[in-house]
Order: sequence, then C-alpha cells, then structure tokens
Amino acid sequence: MKNLWQKLVDKYGYPKVFITILLIILLIIAIIQKQSVYGLLKDSLVRIGMNSVLVLAMVPSIVSGTGLNFALSIGIICGLIAGCITIEMNIVGLKGFLTAVLISIPLSVMAGYLYSILLNKVKGDEMTVGTYMGFSVVSLMCIGWLLLPFRNPEMVWAIGGRGLRTTITLANKYDKVLDRLITLPNVDLPIGTFLFFAVCCFFIWLFLRSKTGIAMMAAGSNPRFAQASGINVDKYRTIGTILSMVLGGIGILVYAQSYGFFQLYTGPLMMPFAAISAILIGGATARKASISNVIAGVILFQSLLTISLPVINRMMPEGNLSEVVRIIVSNGVILYALTRVGGNE
Amino acid sequence: MKAMFSKKTLIKLIRSNMVPLLFFVICLGGVVASKLSFLYIVNEIVNRLDRNLFLVLSLIIPVVAGMGLNFALVIGAMAGQIGLIAIKVWNIGGILGLFLAMLISVPFALVFGYATGILLNKTKGKEMITSLILGFFAMGLYQLVFLLFVGTIIPIKNPEIVLPGGIGLKNAIDLSLIQYALDNLLSINIVGVRIPVASFILIGLLCLFTKFILKTKIGQDFRAVGQDMHVAEVAGIDVDRTRLVAITISTLLAAWGQIIFLQNIGTLQTYSSHEQVGMFAVAAILVGGASVTKATISNAIIGTILFHTLFIVSPNAGKNLFGDPQIGEFFRSFVAYGVIALSLALHAIQKNFDANIRAESAE
Repeated sequence: MKNLWQKLVDKYGYPKVFITILLIILLIIAIIQKQSVYGLLKDSLVRIGMNSVLVLAMVPSIVSGTGLNFALSIGIICGLIAGCITIEMNIVGLKGFLTAVLISIPLSVMAGYLYSILLNKVKGDEMTVGTYMGFSVVSLMCIGWLLLPFRNPEMVWAIGGRGLRTTITLANKYDKVLDRLITLPNVDLPIGTFLFFAVCCFFIWLFLRSKTGIAMMAAGSNPRFAQASGINVDKYRTIGTILSMVLGGIGILVYAQSYGFFQLYTGPLMMPFAAISAILIGGATARKASISNVIAGVILFQSLLTISLPVINRMMPEGNLSEVVRIIVSNGVILYALTRVGGNE
Repeated sequence: MKAMFSKKTLIKLIRSNMVPLLFFVICLGGVVASKLSFLYIVNEIVNRLDRNLFLVLSLIIPVVAGMGLNFALVIGAMAGQIGLIAIKVWNIGGILGLFLAMLISVPFALVFGYATGILLNKTKGKEMITSLILGFFAMGLYQLVFLLFVGTIIPIKNPEIVLPGGIGLKNAIDLSLIQYALDNLLSINIVGVRIPVASFILIGLLCLFTKFILKTKIGQDFRAVGQDMHVAEVAGIDVDRTRLVAITISTLLAAWGQIIFLQNIGTLQTYSSHEQVGMFAVAAILVGGASVTKATISNAIIGTILFHTLFIVSPNAGKNLFGDPQIGEFFRSFVAYGVIALSLALHAIQKNFDANIRAESAE
C-alpha cells in the first residue's frame, strides 16, 4: 500500500495525486447528497473549455525558460481590447469572434515583444517582476478603459457617455458562439470550444517539434549549454513570451464567449494565477510543462472548482466556503511549486 | 573649488534620491491640482503617518537580512487582528484592551513568523514571490478559520460579532471600544494640526529599537547574511536561523502595526482589512527611496509621507484635471503597483549586470 502511494506520488507529483483524491471525495459526497452528477459534470466541462486556452498559454513561457507567466494579464488585456474593437465595429457572430482573435494577435505580439525585452534583462527574477508588471499594466489599463475613445452605447456607461463599463455583455454578439458551434441533438456540450482548444494544442504541439520549438526547449532547459552550442537564448525566450501572450489574448476571448461577458478594469488582475495553478496541478513545474499537463490540469482544477461549489454550499450554507477552498488550493499548489524550484544560490 | 565640490555633491545627492524627488514633484503637482486646503492635507498626513508608519518600519529588518521586501506582512497583520478579535470577545476596551490585544497577538505572530521563515528558507532567492503567494494562501486559511471554525470549534457566541447563523464572524466588526485609545492618550494641537503624541512616541521607540538591534550581534549577522549568504555561512553564522529571526521580528512588528492602524480606523473589516497591508507598506518604503537590498528609517518616513500625500490628493486632482475622481484613484493604485514593479525590475537588472561582469572577469 505504502509502496503504491510512493509510486503514485513519484510518477504524478503531490499536487496531482492530492487534487484527484479531493475530487473523488467531493464526487462521492455529491452522490450521497443526491446532487445531479450529470449536471455537475456538464458544468465542469463548460468551465474546462472556458479556461483551456488560458492554461495552454503557460506552456510556451515555461518551456522557453521564463518560468510561469505571472504577467499573462498583459496578453489578456490585448485580447479584451481586440474584443472591444470588434464590438465597436459591430461585427457579430462567429465572424466577430474570429475578427477579435485576428486583431488580438498583433497587439499581443507587440506587448509580448516589449515585455520580453524586460524579461531578458531580469533573468532569474522573471516571476517576481512579472507579477508586479502584470499588476501595474492592469491598473494602468483601468485608466485606459476610462479614456479609450469607444463610442458604442452598449459598451460605455449610460450616464456621461464616457468610459467603458466594468462588464460588457456579449449577448447578441458572440455569446457562446464556439460553445454552440456544433450541436448534437439532446447533448448540450461545448464541443466547438473543445475543438478550438484541440486545434490550439495541436499547433503548439507541432511548434514544439519544429526546429524553432526544439531550439526553444533547449534554451529553456539549459540556457548555458544552449548558449555555448550557438543557440541565441534571448531570441527563444522572446519567442516563448510572445507566444504565451498571444495565447493569453486568444484564451480570454474563448473564456469570454463561453462566460458571456467581458470583464474589464480589475477583472484580469488575478486571472494568471488561476491558469498557473491549473497547469501546476496538471504536473508541470516552473521549468517543465507539456500539453498533457495542460489537459490534466485544467480538467482537475476546473472540475474541483465546479463540483466543490454546490457540494460545500450544501454542507455549509453560511459563508463562501467554496471560494476559500479555491484560494487555498490555488495558492497552495503555487507555493509547493516554488519550494520545488529551489533557491538560486 | 568649494563651489564645485558642493555642486558635485548636489548632483550625487539628486542622483541617489531620484525616486523620492520624482514623487515629491508628482505630489506637489497633485497638491496644487487638488485645490485642497494646506491645513487639511497636513492634518491628513499626520493622521496617516500615525496609522501606517509602524507597518512600514516593520519591513526594514528583512531587507537588511537580504530577504527582500516582506510581502507576507499580511500574515503579521492577521495575528494583530486575532488579538483585536479576542479583546472584542472579552469586551475589554481602552488602552488596557489595546495592550492586551498586542500581548495576545505575540504568540500568534511568533508562530506565523517562524513558519514563514521556514518556507522562505526553502525558497532562497525567490523570497518575494513566495511571500506574496504565501500572503494570498494565508488569507484563505484565515477565512477558513473565521468563517467556519468560529462557532463550531472556537466557542465564540457574542451575537455582536458572530453571523446570525451562529457560525463565522461578521464582515465588519466595530472597534469603537479601542478607537483612538492610543491616539487620544496624549494628543496636542499645534496651529490646527492634531498630533497624537503617544502613538508617535511608540513609533519613535520602534525606530530606536530598529537602530539598536542593527548594532547588536544579531544585527551584524543580519547584515552579513544580507550581503552574502555563502560568506556568512563560512564565517560561522547560522544563516537559516538568522533569517528566521529577521522574518519573525518583522511579522511581530506587523501585528502590532496593524493593531495601531485599526485603533485609528475604528472598524475591523474582518476579511479585507489585511489584504492590502503588504502592498501599501512596500510601495511606501520604495517611494521613500528604499530598494530590495537597502532600506532605512528615513526611507520609511519620507516614503510614507509622499505615498500617502498622493493618496490624499489624487481623487481631487483626478477630478479637477480630468473631470473624473476615478482616474485619480486608478492612478494611485497604478503608482503603488508600478513603483514596486519598477524597483524589482531595476534590482534584477542590476543583479544580472553584476553577475555578467563577474562571469566575464572569471573567464
């Protein structure tokens, strides 16, 4: 028994094993409480699709050696700006969504490039600097959202006519456009979103096997050795950061179409943390990540969040306990990952 | 000759105090744009110094010990709030209640500080991101304890602070029983400015304590560890233990700082009073010219004055300049995050630069 436990932990890492056990316990309680397990699983799948691309955005950044991308909020903001531009231009439906994705890419590339210049100068402290860079950009953009010259009355405050609203509804725009792209009779699952996620994963998988991708992984896993063998480490770190930001921008658009709203202002502030926790639960570390980590992580983390909400609220109607579980789990796994990275010295 | 010399020192002085000077200019602009009366601003500054300076000062020792800016101040603040909740339950007010709260917070702060230290010793070189995330994590545990355990495991019944269901503390707890207990103990009025002398005496004592401890043996150890852990280790200093002591002292001071802060505010927001403590204190000391590796008492004082001046004037300045007070508020949160980001980035760039030079000279 003890042997099996040790084997499991060695193979999958503590976070994955613990979260899986927690999830199984919650599911058993849910069955005892006579909750609709089908409903819970369906809700989980929706949330998994919603967050999938955002979690995927962590892969290029980790693989290229810049660590967990705590400044993913910068990419998220690029995606949100692109989304607002398409609404301003009144493009709706799938066309609107795809236009938003297309507009977000150059923005994210630009932001990612600028950010990578900084990252290449702060090697070893990317995570600390990144966290606060993300925070500052989000708070600077709070002023931006107030001042940007958007005019569409559906987006700006009704009174005064200036400044974007905190939440912008996507109903009649591209609400659930991916989720409902493919509908099967009697099955209401976000198949389109999963398909989109699969395509993104495939591209990243392909990229990591290209010449550039392999060089990037080499640069990330052992920068000194890579530098010595003639690989321009800084260049690949830049590519990794840009790719991460682009996926962040696309990720928030996928998130928003499923959620039904754009959340501006401080909305993106803590979003990177959720993505980070998810990929860490999936078995990634600050130095190593793969597509399978993304898939496992987003499934485990989002199902945990979705299932814990009704189950814990049934047990403890007072207070916001499922939120507490989210805070403890998500920051707990980040802390665990930090202790595994080990010191610089 | 003499004139040239003084010019040189002046330039040097300006260069080494870039950040505070820049913020001084911004604050001056803000004060003018806000059109607030001078007396009002001075009164507010004194009030906010009284509230925040103790917390800001508690950052100094970990910086000296090379652990960077202690974002886990939040955890100390929680210990302080535990003390306040205890005196509220026992209904002991006034200055006696205040000191009792401080006393009760001590064991909690020591345990929390020690635990923080153990974790930070495992993540050397990544203390700041760890302490930040640890702060978030601790907020989760804190909520768990006060939402779920109160009324079930911890027998607190007082309906004034417990939620109607009997489990969990209310969002806001009235602390009027100790409000201004310290501030009004001895307070004088100089040309319309109310000065809480007793609080400032306490803050002054902390300054003396900080100065004193840095001169003792353990203070020397802090410095040695802060400069170079390896050298310190070789010189026979127990590095891990020294770091533990530094962070524990900081946590304890943060607990007391939070108690002083809340006796001035008068209401405990059970689940959010501590949230921003670390960030605001760190931003303040950085505005005062501190860095990740260097922080002094004067950095703390100047920084608190400048940072909070910005806080006082920015809503009005935003309203007068852009017609929207929100812009001023967003601007000040941008300043808080921005100054931290800038300072961390500058420190990391410098570190990389030094490492490159060392690597080149080694070749």
